Amino acid sequence: MDMSYTPKEIMTIMAAREIKNGDIVFSGTGISMLAAMAAKKINAPDSVIFFETGAMDSLLEEIPFAVADPRIMYWAAANASLTDAFATMQNRITGDRVIAILGAAQIDMYGNLNTTCIGDYFSPDIRFSGSGGGCDVASFVPRCIAFMQHEKRKFVNQLDYLTSPGQLSGNGSREAAGLRPGGVSVVVTNLGVMRFDPDTGRMYLDQYYPGTTPGMILENTQFYMDVSRAVQALPPTETELKILRENCDPQRLILGPAG
Amino acid sequence: MNKDTDKTMPLREAVSRYVKKGAHISIGGFTLNRNPMAAVYEIIRQKITDLHLYAHSNGTGLDELIGAGCISKLEIAYGGNGKAAPTCIRFARAIQNNDILFEDYSNYMMSLRFMAGAMGVPFLPTLSGLGSNIVSTWGFSESLRRSDPKIVDRKLAVVDNPFGDWGNAKKVVAVPAITPDVTIIHVQKADAMGTCSIKGLAFADVEQVKASRHVIVTCENLVEKAALRKNPDMNQIPFIHVTAVCHVPFGGYPTAVYGHYDYDSQYLKKFAAAAKDKDAFTAYQDTWVYGVNSHEQFLQQVGKDRLAAIAADPETGYSVNMKRD
Repeated sequence: MDMSYTPKEIMTIMAAREIKNGDIVFSGTGISMLAAMAAKKINAPDSVIFFETGAMDSLLEEIPFAVADPRIMYWAAANASLTDAFATMQNRITGDRVIAILGAAQIDMYGNLNTTCIGDYFSPDIRFSGSGGGCDVASFVPRCIAFMQHEKRKFVNQLDYLTSPGQLSGNGSREAAGLRPGGVSVVVTNLGVMRFDPDTGRMYLDQYYPGTTPGMILENTQFYMDVSRAVQALPPTETELKILRENCDPQRLILGPAG
Repeated sequence: MNKDTDKTMPLREAVSRYVKKGAHISIGGFTLNRNPMAAVYEIIRQKITDLHLYAHSNGTGLDELIGAGCISKLEIAYGGNGKAAPTCIRFARAIQNNDILFEDYSNYMMSLRFMAGAMGVPFLPTLSGLGSNIVSTWGFSESLRRSDPKIVDRKLAVVDNPFGDWGNAKKVVAVPAITPDVTIIHVQKADAMGTCSIKGLAFADVEQVKASRHVIVTCENLVEKAALRKNPDMNQIPFIHVTAVCHVPFGGYPTAVYGHYDYDSQYLKKFAAAAKDKDAFTAYQDTWVYGVNSHEQFLQQVGKDRLAAIAADPETGYSVNMKRD
């Protein structure tokens, strides 16, 4: 078994470790779905995957390429609607069990996300797809994993547009704005894993991967981040890699070329 | 019982009768699934412009309509088309080049806005978006809002919970109702009166339909009334909401229709490639949209082999092991 791993593989495993047994996992497509599938097969067999389009606990015999892919409709517990899916997260009975996986073009030190545009809102340099359900999810659920490529232009001092709320400007401003506690709680990148200080709401380095250093992570981040609590991450185990490669994405549709 | 009004008509007639220049419209489906594509192409061929489109997550249909210059105003949560175009290309270009007026919402907000329209209430509350630019940044100016009676005066409103902290919330975001002039959806089964049965996810089609003054339904199968009345719990839309019914097999192509056919990833890729370049896009439209006079002719041009390759497996509802890269 090749124990070396690609950045995508370690990112998927680190995210999967965040998912607890019994969690309801809100998933997009691509690497976030792969992380949800890996968690289910490795450490959280009773977790349930669901999609904003309304499908709950789909079989996922083939990897879907969109949250409206017909592959998510087969053998689901229920094929409901958008209003149902978001109510599942907004309501506290089920909402507190939800962990979400999101991606973004930009993140700031408070875990606020931008998936809307780079540059001026009205005449952007680059326009992205927009919120979709991202703003809703970040507003509603207590735990969110953000998947990011760790680059200076993505870890920014100031978002060009705040699509999905994290801790807003920190120090309890999220709750002061009327939101329940929640938003992005962990950031998984190709270099390490970041979390947020419960008092200040600011991002700190929790783990750096073997082969990276806290210094490298700071170099690729616009804002200052506390690294005093950082430890080296436990690399993916043989079991984790084996299940990910053989049972989750054997065709490497999402993982891409092997390392 | 209602007398059995036959609402069937040719798609060309339904579009010209109910989708007028400047109309406020919405289309059913989600990104690359169950878009009413036959109707979208018909709108483009009839050169109906200045449309105001309301969308939660739209993809294939959205980008065709924007690319053809049919849309002048857009209220939207998400413009993406799966792997072929994670951000819809003509949508992004239109915004970057200031070709359309646009305003951003979230998927839940847009779904609730249709639901409020369907319910006949002026707004519905949610906890989504507090502190975000979605709430604080308006895409439409105050003067535009005042100039058009069909656009609400404010984008969204943060209001104190009138019931104190009941429900553990101090504030809510009030999202205003949408009542489109016309909504167009594509379904698996409908009868001549307009009762519809959707298989797989309904997305927000039901709310969109019930919020709209006029509704055009295109369907894979036009069935006898009795076929739907035998299983009323499988029917999401009763006929009272529906204005016109058009029988259009493969009317969702190139998007997926659960239980009938998959999305055509080759077609979506071809579209995305063309959408990136002005001349290539004109050539694409000349061949695939303006170069045919009906959806039937479009499907002939696509070819039987391609349609057979995306045929759904009866058990899973999608095309098993289809090449999708």
